[in-house]
Amino acid sequence: MELLINHKSASPADNNAVIECRDLTKKFGNFLAVDRISFSVKPGEIFGFLGANGAGKTTAMRMLCGLSYPSSGHATVAGFDVYRQQEKIKRHIGYMSQKFSLYDDLTPLENIQFFGGIYGVPARVIKERSRELVRSLGLEKEATKLVSGLPLGWKQKLAFAIALFHQPRIVFLDEPTGGVDPVTRRQFWDMIYEAAEKGVTIFVTTHYMDEAAYCNRVTIMVDGKIEALDTPASLMQQFACDNMDEVFYRLARTARRKDP
Amino acid sequence: MKKNNLYTSLSPDPGDTPIIAEHISKSYNKGTAPALSNVSLTVKKGELFGLIGPDGAGKTTLFRILTTLLLADSGQARISGYDVVKDFKQIRSTVGYMPGKFSLYQDLTVQENLTFFAALFGTEVATQYELIRDIYDQIEPFKNRRAGKLSGGMKQKLALCCALIHKPSVLFLDEPTTGVDVVSRREFWEMLQKLKRQGITILVSTPYMEEAVLCDRIALIQNGQLLNIDTPSQITGTFPAALYAVKAASIYTLLKDLRSWNQVESCYAFGEWLHVTLRQHTGDARALIREYAAAKAHQQVTVQLIAPTIEDSFIRLATTNPLQHGTPNQP
Repeated sequence: MELLINHKSASPADNNAVIECRDLTKKFGNFLAVDRISFSVKPGEIFGFLGANGAGKTTAMRMLCGLSYPSSGHATVAGFDVYRQQEKIKRHIGYMSQKFSLYDDLTPLENIQFFGGIYGVPARVIKERSRELVRSLGLEKEATKLVSGLPLGWKQKLAFAIALFHQPRIVFLDEPTGGVDPVTRRQFWDMIYEAAEKGVTIFVTTHYMDEAAYCNRVTIMVDGKIEALDTPASLMQQFACDNMDEVFYRLARTARRKDP
Repeated sequence: MKKNNLYTSLSPDPGDTPIIAEHISKSYNKGTAPALSNVSLTVKKGELFGLIGPDGAGKTTLFRILTTLLLADSGQARISGYDVVKDFKQIRSTVGYMPGKFSLYQDLTVQENLTFFAALFGTEVATQYELIRDIYDQIEPFKNRRAGKLSGGMKQKLALCCALIHKPSVLFLDEPTTGVDVVSRREFWEMLQKLKRQGITILVSTPYMEEAVLCDRIALIQNGQLLNIDTPSQITGTFPAALYAVKAASIYTLLKDLRSWNQVESCYAFGEWLHVTLRQHTGDARALIREYAAAKAHQQVTVQLIAPTIEDSFIRLATTNPLQHGTPNQP
């Protein structure tokens, strides 16, 4: 069993980019789903990954998570190569999507224990930390009830906490706050900030443009390419827009490939 | 007064008020899971009315009751003058309903789906073509593609065409823009404005607060209760406190500092800004906030008095309503 990665440790690797990506490309037949994208993400950075439907976000994210081989280009995630070390990538990242993150017919505690086990966290550590986690989420009363009965906002907070349970250096969040009420959505971002402050890198997609402004840096993909990559403030300045919604609209409406 | 309202609204001219819901309550699992409690609203002819709230607020339950697909536990509703229980057949032939979940036949083509729904309602695509032309033109190039093979935006347009094919007088659209990107969402709302101009009454639900301003009137809903019903400008106009937008170089530290200041009543992140209301205070609020931020060593502090958005109003109503529950650990 591999040792847990402690993201707080001051190992030399911490100074390196957590995601490094050069000319990463994915073709399906003649279709260029992802067209030579390049960027690097620093430790503790909140990196927003935006784009219209069909722009290539999901395909890019699947390559970075070790779920799909690139056609060409290079990328490392948490220090591991996307071609040769897919299994290591999977083990060292956290992942949460709006949909498939929790088992509805397990309790919160069972979900934590299950995912902890999958990621190879030692049983003793799971035991200690799962109780503590349930307490810090305010889920004591619900800890032994099925997840299916929890309000959506609580499920999402729990799913995020579980994605971080094995202490990955980076966590991928795929539209984590879809459909959640405005207060809970902001509480969720509090959790994101807290994790980032501890050094966890956050890679997040969202359809809420106010959330784009919460990111340290934002990329906007159009037709498989990265058309913009900067801090929200610089992007708003660069495109002379008052908010990220306008920036996004200005770029995304030029998309030729609207729908596959 | 209340009684009078109830009386008049239950027997209005159905020509003026195609949607009337009175005191609708509904729960699931033998009463253990309340979905709607005492919901009343009316939608006037030709109105574009938005039901705004997060997942699980009860939007779909209300839509299903109003479209005769689900029985309420209590309360009554009329659509175009027809009772949703007794006259369900008449309602089904006069309303258009686009459910949140894609519900067309995946293995029929675009054209086959449209022809099928036209036939179901005893009409033909050609007869109704004027109404759907603007929308259908956009999916026409894919008319021989199976519906299951369409992208999200295209499915949405096809579903809208099918919901319109019998020229309904009332259109129910349950979360048509959820999960759709900003560009497609704007296009969709432009289509709705065109339909509204043709006199169709539209009830549309959405979890996106910023879409509220595109509606004539809105109802804010959370945990099965309506928090408010009014025009968007009236709802934001009656926000009961002065609202300040604040930012500084380190926004997350500023958020934590402001929340721990006893002078702050509420503080929420809105994009690159924090929206802040203060408790009872003396002196200029902007100066107070600036001084506090300076004392906490914040750099590049900006404070502005701003007009509230619908989302500000929603948060305010949801967090101050004593009947609301389910949002624990409120800051």
